[in-house]
Amino acid sequence: MPAPIRLRELIRTIRTARTQAEEREMIQKECAAIRSSFREEDNTYRCRNVAKLLYMHMLGYPAHFGQLECLKLIASQKFTDKRIGYLGAMLLLDERQDVHLLMTNCIKNDLNHSTQYVQGLSLCTLGCMGSSEMCRDLAGEVEKLLKTSNSYLRKKAALCAVHVIRKVPELMEMFLPATKNLLSEKNHGVLHTSVVLLTEMCERSPDMLSHFRKLVPQLVRILKNLIMSGYSPEHDVSGISDPFLQVRILRLLRILGKGDDDSSEAMNDILAQVATNTETSKNVGNAILYETVLTIMDIKSESGLRVLAINILGRFLLNNDKNIRYVALTSLLKTVQTDHNAVQRHRSTIVDCLKDLDVSIKRRAMELSFALVNGNNIRGMMKELLYFLDSCDPDFKADCASGIFLAAEKYAPSKRWHIDTIMRVLTTAGSYVRDDSVPNLIQLITNSVEMHAYTVQRLYKALLDDISQQPLVQVASWCIGEYGDLLVSGQCEEEEPIQVSEDEVLDVLEGLLVSNLSTPVTRAYSLTAIMKLSTRFSSVNRIKKVVSIYGSSIDVELQQRAVEYNALFKKYDHMRPALLERMPIMEKTASNGPTDIVQTNGETDSTILDTKHLPNITQPASQANDLLDLLGGNDVVPVIQTTVPTKPASAGGELLDLLGDLSLTGGPTPTPAPSVPMSQPSFLLDGLTSQPLFNDIAAVIPPMTAYNKNGLKIEFTFERSNPNPNIAVITIHATNSSEADMTEFVFQAAVPKTFQLQLLSPSSNVVPALNQGSVTQVIRVLNPQKQQLRMRIKLTYTHKGSPVQDLAEVNNFPPQSWQ
Amino acid sequence: MMRFLLLFSRQGKLRLQKWFTALSDRDKKKIIRDVTQMVLVRPPKSCNFLQWRDLKIVYRRYASLYFCCGLEQGDNELLTLELLHRYVELLDQYFGNVCELDIIFNFEKAYFILDEFIIGGEVQETSKASVAKSMEEADSLQETMEEYVNKPTY
Repeated sequence: MPAPIRLRELIRTIRTARTQAEEREMIQKECAAIRSSFREEDNTYRCRNVAKLLYMHMLGYPAHFGQLECLKLIASQKFTDKRIGYLGAMLLLDERQDVHLLMTNCIKNDLNHSTQYVQGLSLCTLGCMGSSEMCRDLAGEVEKLLKTSNSYLRKKAALCAVHVIRKVPELMEMFLPATKNLLSEKNHGVLHTSVVLLTEMCERSPDMLSHFRKLVPQLVRILKNLIMSGYSPEHDVSGISDPFLQVRILRLLRILGKGDDDSSEAMNDILAQVATNTETSKNVGNAILYETVLTIMDIKSESGLRVLAINILGRFLLNNDKNIRYVALTSLLKTVQTDHNAVQRHRSTIVDCLKDLDVSIKRRAMELSFALVNGNNIRGMMKELLYFLDSCDPDFKADCASGIFLAAEKYAPSKRWHIDTIMRVLTTAGSYVRDDSVPNLIQLITNSVEMHAYTVQRLYKALLDDISQQPLVQVASWCIGEYGDLLVSGQCEEEEPIQVSEDEVLDVLEGLLVSNLSTPVTRAYSLTAIMKLSTRFSSVNRIKKVVSIYGSSIDVELQQRAVEYNALFKKYDHMRPALLERMPIMEKTASNGPTDIVQTNGETDSTILDTKHLPNITQPASQANDLLDLLGGNDVVPVIQTTVPTKPASAGGELLDLLGDLSLTGGPTPTPAPSVPMSQPSFLLDGLTSQPLFNDIAAVIPPMTAYNKNGLKIEFTFERSNPNPNIAVITIHATNSSEADMTEFVFQAAVPKTFQLQLLSPSSNVVPALNQGSVTQVIRVLNPQKQQLRMRIKLTYTHKGSPVQDLAEVNNFPPQSWQ
Repeated sequence: MMRFLLLFSRQGKLRLQKWFTALSDRDKKKIIRDVTQMVLVRPPKSCNFLQWRDLKIVYRRYASLYFCCGLEQGDNELLTLELLHRYVELLDQYFGNVCELDIIFNFEKAYFILDEFIIGGEVQETSKASVAKSMEEADSLQETMEEYVNKPTY
């Protein structure tokens, strides 16, 4: 077998390949030769072959068959072999291969080798790719080498220890004794690696941290020497002595000084010295200043020092070097929470960075700008941010739009400004806004009641211009559906009202339905909007026609909606006005990020609702009527009970429940239809649950027993509704002490006319026997006139096979519940 | 700590790869692909830092080679630029006016020099002279062909 070709030969040959295929062919040929050479167990050329294999591996070709050969090389006595063998181990072997454990013994031997360069090789390999098992086995050897006086080995051992600690944190204790006099070394290599080791230990263990705090004076001294000492050629970088070591010491000081007054005080002087004396003309000086600033901001530094740090960052912002500006923006972002006012002073510079050409800088500037927005600067900042939104790259637009929405929500100076801002975002970056912004905006628009006419007019005008931006189109069609009557009647006060006819509005909405630009979701919005206009406009026939056409649409969602709307026209025309009424005000529980929108049923602001006139509704088997009869008289108002848990997911039931309350008289019973068409996105119903919906203050009102007969006991517990003190939330707990379950349990209640009452769904309709469980149900009572609360309750259930019915009056409400 | 160090040409050909964490081959290839693509599209005068996943990527172009590394959040980017520069200086000192071809044909030496400068993602020696001296002495330990053949392997 001829001698395998040399490494350089191979590289030269492969580089002459003109195509990928040619290269592959050469490599395959050489791999085959190498494989047969390995099989022959040739000691002389193993090293050369493995080196060639490593080259081919770098080009991206598989080289796993060389793994065992690397191990053989490591075991060899020859230094050349070991060098390549360890390199191969670091490149080809990793802890995923079981084979790597075979290395352990070799490394152990080499750690004790007579030649320091062999020891160095094994330390390096262990420190780069040692697995947890290997680290456990060899930690003792590393610890021994950490105490050697040979600085070449000591520095490598220190970094090897760092790796061991990262892989097996429990072994940290073991290295503690060896760290005793690490910092008294003169050798910079050892000093540097020791500081890294100490940093790693302090980051991982609070005990170590407190133990090493005593080193602060020593570290300060070392740093001082570095700064004050004259030129030392060995470690000099552009006139600064060993910047790597300086930065590492500053980083360790940061960790040691954090949260500790004494340590922070001990380092105040040196930090001030570094901050003022470091040369800033070159990158290396700025690197040290950067680290110093980070340290000052993290420890308990005195205010003068903090101001100095922020000013340094301010100067960085004006630096010509892009990297330094970037780093300044990043640091300011970290400090904006704690030193808000100081950062605000640099606001104009930061806003200028929005116009920078560099992508990284623009992103940081945008994030920082959002952090700096507050009530005082909102108008100015928003102008800049909107301008940025216009001109920035598409990757930024989504984040920028969300940020603008959040900022506008928190600090909007007026409702009109808020709506204008939103419109601006929708028109400039409409296709990039996040999905949840559409429901958020709708909720916002609903709540700004006085702006409805203005909003719908502006949205209509925007639609006339451009229907390609889906979120804008969705919000606009929702508004037109809701407030179309205001649009047509030209009621806008804020702006010059436009003249638009019903037909024109319907033209626009129908245009959305047929346009290729509209997504299915948008189409659904516009169909529902058209439907809603049937109660607001007079041209009902046209609407009927549109709706019936879409009854045969290919899009299943549209088809279902159209069919149901059709049914609404035909069979349930009496319900149509009630169903398509104005949406009530929605309350938000949180203003950050996605909101959980809670339905309050318009109880809080009942004056704002347009209650439409309800036509007479026939009520097949309405239990509400029974209650009326029973309670005999006009002074009591029946309440719609919510659907029993057998149909908890019935959207229709819950919607009608809301309407029942709005009407204040007997409303329609829950229809058996599986889903009455929802004209709103599902978020409305997401908020509606059968549990109490608000975080209440602790119940100060004592509970009471409302009813106790035949084994059935009903207790009332009270809570105050947080947003509205006029609402009392009563939770009933029904327990059954008899021997048989009470099934089909239904609880009904009625209150005097001056009150309003809402019953939510009960937890179940079976009250288990022998007090094994309870049925709970929530009642909300609105008591605006603060009259004494009285209630009549009716209970029906089946007990031991026979139905039971009972009525009772509840008069013993504690005074706190209605005062 | 540094997570990885990559050297690649302007055409995207990898010249050196050093990984300081355990990753599968597939992951490594993906990272190389992603980072190389990201860095190669940057315009010439742009900032040398970018954010990628949870890492800071620092890169610098020296002639036809890109030196690129991935850092953790706590690391100092400006100092890393100095680090990359120091590595280039070490290569330059060793090879004498180093160019890409030197690194192609002597990649194993480039690795050896790197291993004398950085271990486990952290700098081990801040003195240029010290690294050069170590390389020299280690090289002298490498056997000549004659010695190599005559010395028993085990």
